[in-house]
This record gives sequence, C-alpha cells and structure tokens, in this order.
Amino acid sequence: MKPFAFERPASVMDAAIAAAVPGASIIAGGTNLLDLMKLQVETPSRLIDINRLALDRIEPTPEGGLRIGTLVRNSDIAADIRVRQHYGVLSRALLAGASAQVRNKATTGGNLLQRTRCYYFYDISKPCNKRRPGSGCAAIGGFNRIHAILGTSQSCIATHPSDMAVAMRVLDAVVETIKPDGSKRAIAIAGFHRLPGSTPQVETVLERGETIIAVRLPPPLPGVHIYRKVRDRASFAFALVSVAAVIQMAGGRIQSARLAFGGLAHKPWRVPAAEQTLEGEAPSPAVFQAAADAVLAGAKGFGSNDFKIPLTRRTLHAVMAQATHS
Amino acid sequence: MEMNSPIGTTPLDRARDGIVGKPLDRVDGRLKVTGGAKYAYEVAQAPEALYGYVVQATIGKGRITAIDKTAAEAAPGVVLVLTHENAPEQARNRRAHPVLNSPDIAYYGQPVALVVARSFEEARAGAYLVRVSYEEASGSYTLKGGLGQARVPSAGYSSPESAVGDFAGVFPKAPVKLDVTYTTPLETHAMMEPHATLAVWDGDSLTLHTSNQMLDQGRAAVARTLRMPVGKVRLISRFIGGGFGAKLSVQADAILAAIAARHLHHPVKVALTREQIFNVTTHRSDTIQRLRLGTDETGRILAIGHDAYSGNLRTESQFEAAADQTRTLYAGANRLTRNRLVPLDAPIASAMRAPGEAVGLLALECAMDELAYRLDIDPIELRIRNEPAEDPEKHIPFSSRHLVECYRAGAERFGWNKRQPRPGQVRQDQWLIGIGMAAATRGNVLVPSSASVRMGPDGIAIVKMAMTDIGTGSYTILTQIASELLGVPPDRVRMELGDTAYPEAAGSGGSFGAASSGSALYVACERLRAVFADRAGLDTDKAEFRDGMIVLGGKAVVLASLVGASGIEVRGEIRPGDMSRKYSQQSYGAQFAEVAVDGDTGEVRLRRMLGVFTAGRILNEKTARSQAIGGMVFGVGAALEEAVVLDPRFGAYYVNHNLADYLVPVHADLPHVDAVFLPELDDRTNPLKAKGVGELGICGAGAAVANAIYNACGARIRDFPITLDKVMSALPAQA
Repeated sequence: MKPFAFERPASVMDAAIAAAVPGASIIAGGTNLLDLMKLQVETPSRLIDINRLALDRIEPTPEGGLRIGTLVRNSDIAADIRVRQHYGVLSRALLAGASAQVRNKATTGGNLLQRTRCYYFYDISKPCNKRRPGSGCAAIGGFNRIHAILGTSQSCIATHPSDMAVAMRVLDAVVETIKPDGSKRAIAIAGFHRLPGSTPQVETVLERGETIIAVRLPPPLPGVHIYRKVRDRASFAFALVSVAAVIQMAGGRIQSARLAFGGLAHKPWRVPAAEQTLEGEAPSPAVFQAAADAVLAGAKGFGSNDFKIPLTRRTLHAVMAQATHS
Repeated sequence: MEMNSPIGTTPLDRARDGIVGKPLDRVDGRLKVTGGAKYAYEVAQAPEALYGYVVQATIGKGRITAIDKTAAEAAPGVVLVLTHENAPEQARNRRAHPVLNSPDIAYYGQPVALVVARSFEEARAGAYLVRVSYEEASGSYTLKGGLGQARVPSAGYSSPESAVGDFAGVFPKAPVKLDVTYTTPLETHAMMEPHATLAVWDGDSLTLHTSNQMLDQGRAAVARTLRMPVGKVRLISRFIGGGFGAKLSVQADAILAAIAARHLHHPVKVALTREQIFNVTTHRSDTIQRLRLGTDETGRILAIGHDAYSGNLRTESQFEAAADQTRTLYAGANRLTRNRLVPLDAPIASAMRAPGEAVGLLALECAMDELAYRLDIDPIELRIRNEPAEDPEKHIPFSSRHLVECYRAGAERFGWNKRQPRPGQVRQDQWLIGIGMAAATRGNVLVPSSASVRMGPDGIAIVKMAMTDIGTGSYTILTQIASELLGVPPDRVRMELGDTAYPEAAGSGGSFGAASSGSALYVACERLRAVFADRAGLDTDKAEFRDGMIVLGGKAVVLASLVGASGIEVRGEIRPGDMSRKYSQQSYGAQFAEVAVDGDTGEVRLRRMLGVFTAGRILNEKTARSQAIGGMVFGVGAALEEAVVLDPRFGAYYVNHNLADYLVPVHADLPHVDAVFLPELDDRTNPLKAKGVGELGICGAGAAVANAIYNACGARIRDFPITLDKVMSALPAQA
C-alpha cells in the first residue's frame, strides 16, 4: 500500500470538495477499496473518510418511497422492515451478496461504486484498459467465466458485480449526489452506470468530486418480488447470472413485468422490449422464450462464459415460472 | 522399538475406562480462541523484526537481464533489496531450496527479489518499485499440451507402475468393458495460515520461527541450503494454522528470512500473501486419468487398468500417484497401473492432502459407479463382489480390513435402501435429488519417531518431541496417551512440541503423525513405567497406574516420590519393521452423499453426507471426527468447486490466485456432514493399534458427490470440478 493522507471532512459539502482533489478517493465501508489499494490497483494519495457523516438513515419520502442514506450498511437495508415489506427484491438481493461480515461494513454508495471482479483487473502486471487505458484487455482471449455477454466492447468485457444495484435497477431507484460547487442532482439508476465502450475506466456518470448522498426508492411496486442469483457456491460468490423480477399478474395474465439482470454486463441490464413481450400474455414457455430472446439480443460469449447465454435463458424461465405460478 | 511383530495386549487395552479415545477437548483450545497461541509471524522478538516482502517474476520462463532497485532502495522504510546479485550463494543439490540464486526464471511467479523494510506496508510499497527486465523464452505450461513429453518418473514415495497377470490380453476380451477418461484440475491447499517465518541469528546459529509441518526435515533442508551444520539450525513451530501438505517442505519465506536476517544482522520476518502462495509454494497437479475396467456378466473384475498423468516443474521428480489405490482396493487377476509425469515450466507440484488417493479415487470410484449402472448392480454390491481376500498385487494379507462393514453400516445409517436404481427419478420442486456412494482407502504408514518423558518431584509429566500440531489435535491426543499410560490426569501432563531442540519426531504428513509420534511416546511411557515399578518393587506387567500412583495388590506408591530430587527422564523411539512388509496396511471407509441438482440451472447443492470409517484405535473421538469431516469437506470442494485456472499466454499463470476466485466450500455448502468410526484395533500397525486418519476423509468423498449427481439427474461429468455449466448442458429442456 502506498502512503496516503487521511482526512475526515465535517460535512457532505466538504467531502465533495476534498474528493475533487486529484488523487483523492472517498472511503466508506472500505470492503473493496482497501483490497484494491493493497494490490495497487488503486493508489489514492488522499482518503476522504465519510463514515462519521450523518448519511446513515432510511427515511420515508413525500412521494411514498424510501430514501436510503449512502452510509446505511447493506445489512441494515436488508433488515429494515419497510424494505422487507415493500421492496422484497432489494432485501433479497442484498442478502444474496457477499458475506454477513462484508454486508455489515459495506455501504449503499460503496456498493454502487464497487469495481469489477475481473481477474486481470486485479493483477497490475497484466493488461487492462480499465486500470491502464490503452494497455489492452487480457480477459478477451483469456479466462472469462465471470465476464459480460452483453454491452461489451473491444476494450473491456468486465461486469458490474453488485446484486443490490440490480434490484435498484428493477425498482428504478434514483441516485442523489452533491457536487463540489454545492449543487445537487438526481440520477436515474438506468443512467448511472456506463457501458465500457472505448473508455472502460469511466464507470459511472459521476463528475470529479461528485459524491453520492442517498438512493431514493419510488413508491412500492405491487407484484411478486424475486431475486434469483445463480452462482458457483451457495454463499459468498458473485453472480454468474442474476435476475431481479417484479411481476404482477391479473386474471391469469402478466399485467406488468420488470426484469433486471446481473452478471451479464458492465451495468445492471434491463431490456424494456423483453418486458413488453411478457405484458398482457398468459404465461407459457413460448412467452418466456420470447422474453429471453429479447434480453439476449446481441449477446456474445467469449469462450469460458459462453454458458451464460443458455443459463440466462433457463434462469429467466425459472423465475417467470415461479412468479406466474398460480 | 521396531515394529516386527504384532503388539499383543497393551495397557491401552487393559484400561477399563481409559482416557485414550475419549472426546477430550483440545488442550490448546483455550489458547487458540483467546489469541494466546502465537503463530510464527506473531512471535515477539527484540529487537523488533524487520519485514520482508517477496517480488515475483511476471514471465513464464526466461532470464533476468537487469534489475533496477534504485527507486525501491530510496523508498521510505526500505533497508534492503535482495536479488540474485547480492543474495548469498546456496546449495543446489537435492532437498536444498535455493532462492534468489540465479537470473534464470524457471516458472511464473518465482521469487526474484526480497524487499526488507521497517514495516510490512513499507516493504510491500517498496516491492512494487523494483523494476525487473527479462529475456523471455518459450515454455511448456499445460498438462494437456505437454502430454507428448510424458515420461516414466523415478520412484518416490510410490513406484510409478505395477503389472500383475495379463491386462493387455484379458481386458479386450472381457464381456463387460468400461474405458473412460477423467480429468481433475490443479488445486491449492488453501490452509488458513499463510507461510510465514521469523528468522533470528545468534552468532552463527539460526533460529527460525516458521510454519512447517515436518520440522526435522525442514531443519535439514535449511542447513543444506545455507551450507550450515544441522546443529546450528533450530526450527520452532508451536502452532500451525493448517498445512495440508503445503508446509511439508521448507519454502521461500524461510530461506529468504534467514538470508536477509544474516545480511542485516537483524531479525527479519517474511510472510507470503495468499496470491503469492499459489506460485511461490506448491500445489496439487492436475491429472488426466484413464480407467479401464473389464468384468464378467456378474460384475467380477477380470482386468483393471489405471493410467494417470500429472505435471511438475521439469527439474522435479514427484508425481501425483493417482493410480496407486487401484493396486489394492479391488480384486482382479489382471492389473496394470501407470503413473506418468509431464515436465513443465510451472511452479512445483507436491503433496496436497491424500496425494494420489484424493484424485485417483475420484476417477476410480466414479468409474466403479459407471460400471454399476452399466451392469445394473447396486454400487455397494458391485464393490462387495470385488472385495479381495488379500492384497491383490503384493499377495500379502491385510493387517485389518473392514471395508464391507463400513459399506453396510453406512448404508443402514444413510438410508441407502431408498436409492432409485435409475437416475432422475426423484424431484422436489425444481430440485432433482440423488444419492451416491464411494469407497475410501488410504495407506497406513509408520515412520521413525522419538520422544522424551520426564517426571519431576512435582509429579508433572513433561513430554518433549519435535512433533507438530497443524490444527489436527496432536497436543491433545499425545496428552491423552501420556495421561493414560502414566496414570496422571491430563492437566498434570505438559506437552512440549514444535521445536527441533526436542527429540526428532515424525512431524505431520502422510497421516502418520499421530500413530508415529504417539507410538514413540508409548514406548517412552512404557520405559518410565518399568522404572517406577522397579523402584516401587512391583511387577510392571501387573501394576496399575492411576491417580498419580503405581498400584498393585494392597500397595500404592505415589509416582512423584519415586523420582528423587532431580526427576527421571526417559526416551522412547519407534521404527517401522517387518509388519509393514508382511501386511498390507490401509485405512478404509464408505462415503455417502445426497445432492440436489437445480433442474433449471444445473446448480448442485449438497444436502447431507456421511462417512463411515475404520482406522484402528481412535485416539480421540472428537478430533478424529473433525479430521474426517474436514477431509470430506475437501472432497466436496474437489467435486464441485476447486480449480486453479491457468492462462498459458503468460506462462504457468494462475488467473484465480486468491480465495475470492478460487472457491472452496463455505458453510452454506455443507448443511449436514457426519463421520463415524467403527471400532477396530490393528495390532500389526503400531503399539497404539491405530491407523492414519488425517487424509482418509477426503478419499472417495468427491466421488460420492459426483455419483449422487449422476443419480439425481443423469449427468456424468468426467471433468472436475462439476460446475453448473457442465451439469446444465446435460439437463433436459425446461417444461
């Protein structure tokens, strides 16, 4: 670990200003950043510790939703009775992630900003356009079991590893931020994470110093909430494929369907066309296949992750069968 | 004592309610859970030690052309950068372990420098500043790619091949033939405590506090490497956080700490990070195994053949002896086993828990399951039909073999009669349920070991030996043996282990530790009993030792009153003898598993597992059971999760070199795992009548899981581990 300065700003505004200094990095739970610093994947010269700021509450919003402070620990969101009653998909996604110890430390904002788990990204002796732009992508042509099949580029095939973000995507959450100039903005989660394109090092739309202060959930969505995570062991493993689903049935037909996918892309993946394919239809294998076709339009495997294409299809089928089972 | 004849009745047999065998809590348990047990890296040293951090090669093979250490040497806290240019010359002969002794890079990740600094973090930051330039050469990195270079290895702990009868003539004509190839991946030990050493010099004497399973062997290797007299080297390992074979031999941490400490005239600590362990130390080779089984229509084996390929660094001779258990497990007149070694430019492959058996039985026991389905015979019945009356290749009797009893007891406890003979018959929601079984066997070994026992006027028995406790329970079982034989309560026994200053002992490896070190202690205690009896004027053979006294007839004498002012000390020694040549000695077991396979995704979840074993006298019911369960967990990992993945574009580069990406089973993967030992005494193995336990649990465990998967869903995956993608591709379309 390289030497770094450590500071604790007194306010959110101060944090944003401090974070705007080149080389600065905000630290909250530290469950990802510290590992990256030990391996010199990240080498911040200043750490801005925001843990003591009052951003750790879950509050109701005037619209009937919830506002989750950026410092609320993942365990606390998952256990919150309002989240459990009205946002089951989010609670389930959180509990499917990491381990109890990590969830106790990890925060809302940190979870959204965690870096990919690409093996080559973690080894600074290997090429990686995300870590060292222009150096190449070792995962293409290498071992890429956990890598993306959708939204990839010639520069990068990394995935975003979060479970929480996938559930927030299906809920259409909004990320609230503050900029160093004091202005605030609300970013729809759909537009928060970026695809890699030719600049995989830029992972979100956040500007320099722009700091997450909360995530806002809209009013509760009726229907069945499912989070199905497929992984290589029963716990403490990242998703190979995950599906967040909120499905509402009426009169034996699918009234509304929301589906977001993890493990497939550089961001939580959602395809409106797939949801439209389902809406108004009576559930059947053929309808589920049509939805899967829409989700997987343009999907491309890279060798060791080819299986994700049939796995996504089969997992979606299983989730839809469960959600529509009368 | 040399083990040349059966031991006869011993005081351990006569003990009516003895402590040996009882589930005594670990005597070091309290120290461990309170942090009082100091591991190598935690040992305090004055002056405070400096910290070393290893720099590794980032090419697959070639030569260092230049090392620029200017920036590293100027970095905060850095006091030394050792490379092949300034490291002392070391021995290169067999069993030496030279480090930083050549510009040649033999494998990816080889140490190329050590940065020493005042703190670990400064050393690590300095390490990232060392710039190494290379001239790359081409190499051979994968087992499959190197198969053309496979050769017959020289004999090591096992002979490379065996042949009995006429396999080549009989197999092709057998009425029922199975010819299948299984592959197992490269695996890492993944013990909790990383390799770590604190080196302290006092003049020309070296003390290494190090995490090592075999201290006397380690001391010899250090002395040889550094060209020192053995008497000038001392290794201390009071507590070891697991080894599984990774710490059988001295690794780079020990040698680097020693040479840096000598260079700086200051104590130096070196620990390897988890990432470094993968390439700097050893691993289990991947294997390619071909099994050929030929039977008559009733399932009796006529011909059995096992070809096993493994790889190693081209200068090494050790092979993964995967074919070995095929020599002894089943009957059959025509036999052929061949272990072959592929020379590679890859890190050193060496022993990992149950070397040979663990992966060999994955293949053999899955092949037996395939055969059972082919013949439509119950897998247990098929095995019983092929139970040999004597060792089928050595043609000598078994010292004890109760494998059939293990099958039957296991079948009863597990509910084997509920098994569906055809796969894919049991469905609960999306889950397909199946059960499977496999045999377990592992060679029993006795190695030379010695111990001293001393009793002072305070009545406390002090036992010393260079034995190690790698988390297995050595401290506890040895305490039980001394307590039983000397008739003193466990808290009056002081067990001093883990120091080469003590009598040479077996160390922990090959499942021989408990029996070998315990037998040495047994012999020492017998001697001490004879001295006590003599001094008390009582008959040794008839006297009882209890409550700190020697008792016979109406007479009871307090032991402490017999030792004089200076106490008595005796030594005991055990050596293997004729018994291991006249008898085929093996531990046995039957493994059972129930799995659920997700009919949508192919995810496999273990539901329950049972191992029923026989391993002679069990010295501590609790620690033995824990060992067996731990082994079974290893088997679950091998079946379902564990695989080091190679990216040959960069050399023998292990892509998933950390415990986030190299998966081992977690609690949620292991809902209910139980192990049971059937009573057995084997008077031909050693004075304790015990057999090895440490590696038995892994044997056959993975195969039972794999066979349960087949029973659940009909997917026969011959390429381990059985990950969901492989299972999914064998599943039918969704309804």
